[in-house]
Amino acid sequence: MLAYIIRRTLYVIPVVIGVALVTFILFNVVGWDAATQMLGRHASKEEIAALRQQLGLTGPKFFNFTAALQGPWWRLFDSQWFHYMKQLATLDFGRSFASNQKISTLMLNGIVPSLVLAVPIFLITLVVSITIAMLAAYYRDTWIDRSIVVASVIGLSVSYLVYIMVAQQVLAYQSGWFPIWGFESAKYLILPVLVGVVSGLGSEVRFFRTVMLDEMYQDYVRTAFAKGCTQNTVLFKHVLKNAMIPVLTSVVLTIPFLYTGNLLLETFFGIPGLGYLNVEAVNSTDYPVIKATVFVGSVLYVIATVITDICYAMVDPRIKLR
Amino acid sequence: MTAPVLDHVATAAAMPARDTEMAVSLWRTAWRQIRRRRLAMTCLGIIVFYAVVAVYAESVYWYYRLRQETPPYKVVHFEDRFAKPTLQHPLGTDSLGRDVLRQVIQGTRIAFEVGIYTSLIAIPIAVIFGALAGFFGRWVDDLITWVYTVFDSVPYLLFILAIAMVVGKGLFGVCLGIGLTTWVGLCRLIRGEYLKHRDRQYVLAAKSLGVGNLSIIFRHILPNVVHLVIISFSLRFPSAILTEVILSYLGVGVQGEPSWGIMISDAKIRLWQGYWYELGGATVAMFFIVLAFNLFGDALRDALDPKLRTAEAKTA
Repeated sequence: MLAYIIRRTLYVIPVVIGVALVTFILFNVVGWDAATQMLGRHASKEEIAALRQQLGLTGPKFFNFTAALQGPWWRLFDSQWFHYMKQLATLDFGRSFASNQKISTLMLNGIVPSLVLAVPIFLITLVVSITIAMLAAYYRDTWIDRSIVVASVIGLSVSYLVYIMVAQQVLAYQSGWFPIWGFESAKYLILPVLVGVVSGLGSEVRFFRTVMLDEMYQDYVRTAFAKGCTQNTVLFKHVLKNAMIPVLTSVVLTIPFLYTGNLLLETFFGIPGLGYLNVEAVNSTDYPVIKATVFVGSVLYVIATVITDICYAMVDPRIKLR
Repeated sequence: MTAPVLDHVATAAAMPARDTEMAVSLWRTAWRQIRRRRLAMTCLGIIVFYAVVAVYAESVYWYYRLRQETPPYKVVHFEDRFAKPTLQHPLGTDSLGRDVLRQVIQGTRIAFEVGIYTSLIAIPIAVIFGALAGFFGRWVDDLITWVYTVFDSVPYLLFILAIAMVVGKGLFGVCLGIGLTTWVGLCRLIRGEYLKHRDRQYVLAAKSLGVGNLSIIFRHILPNVVHLVIISFSLRFPSAILTEVILSYLGVGVQGEPSWGIMISDAKIRLWQGYWYELGGATVAMFFIVLAFNLFGDALRDALDPKLRTAEAKTA
């Protein structure tokens, strides 16, 4: 077990390097002309060169062969890639191009509003959708189950954007029940949380229902029924426990996305979280901010997958400790 | 005297039986199963209808483009703006007096383009990587598993935004972004299937006959796996359409053409003024195609691969 945990944890290293490589290729190799894009077409050559210097886009990409041949051998690593790695290792992502603030400060400031919005949405959606899915499994093959399925498919076929716009228009603007925009007190959070929960229910209920029903057709369920267990015992004692395994994955893997924030909800309701930060960065072509959030978000996701795998191995003895 | 008659009867009885046995392929049983389900057939009808509309919109687009004229869905009638639905404008007009129905039809074209282009990017990557990893195993598998773990780790929407930002806003950026981020799930499935198939007897037989690896991968095993590709296609279409809407709102979507996403995000300001035809038209149009694809994809999956039910595709 311990060996498995250690091996699984060590696998984080190549994946994080891979993520760094992907962001590096995306922003430094494919998007090497970032400086011109950020400054616009009419910028002077000196300005562009200065910004490139500031963004770490000058010099050779991976290895500095010319410098290594002329000077000491370690100049080989005097390249964009190794500078980027050094930045990541020290968690120093540089400054935002738009506001000239440190990106790490911007991210720290954004994390609280994001979590205040995302955590309630996440928890409420989880509880409500599992309850509805259990209902569907309990009344399977009746009109209740069927209408739950129809409702969830209809729910996930409507664009997220429409949910937000209609809710904001009808529940906030026309009826005046909720404030429209801002982040001042808990009252401002009710509507965004509500929209987040309702729009997410469709796909979650559908997923959990499939998981539950998959379990319902397993052999052990038939055995349990055969030896005379009631519907309630089977559902809550046997099925729920086993169904928790796929549910666990989906839950742990959603957690890192709490951090990246809810791009649309935050921009529509004016919540100054990380999602808001990202949208602003896209609108002002703020490369360094996007680069940093993509990287940090990925690292958190990698860590979450490791935690899921370890939980898995603890919960389910059938999983081979390869 | 009796023997030949019996023989004749026996062969006559055996012949059709053997015929049907040969004729019942996976596709035919699946098709038969789908045809029995009225809901699935209705959805297929809706999809075909939208496809016809998309082809019509494409021809309108190219007709005016080749003649270098402004297409009717872009013609501005400023005196006619915010018109209520009439016979001339069945869904009213927008803030510049452009006909909403015509824009919805053009939006269908964009939606199909997004769905098809993203599949053209994602499916080949997934199939080739998955096949190579599953078939060769060892370091090839390790390498490809590493690549898709990395791609899977990057937050979906942020990654698309970043790609679209770097390669430039517009249809190409959106398709590339969605395509490069959505191949991982299918790749995993295909890798698993190849792992199972590579030790089957028909593969061994092909190997012992001296068939090359590439030929085994693509001509012998691939036909046994291709149903996964079809299921994945029908389930990725609706999520690509929904993602396009979000990207258009965030400003990295299609530029200069009326997509549903642009119509919805334009309608944001109009909604405060009380004009909702644009929002309504685009939403309803999108709702039915996404719903039809979701339900048809489910039916297709049940018909083609009953074992796959848990691998639910999550939509954006």
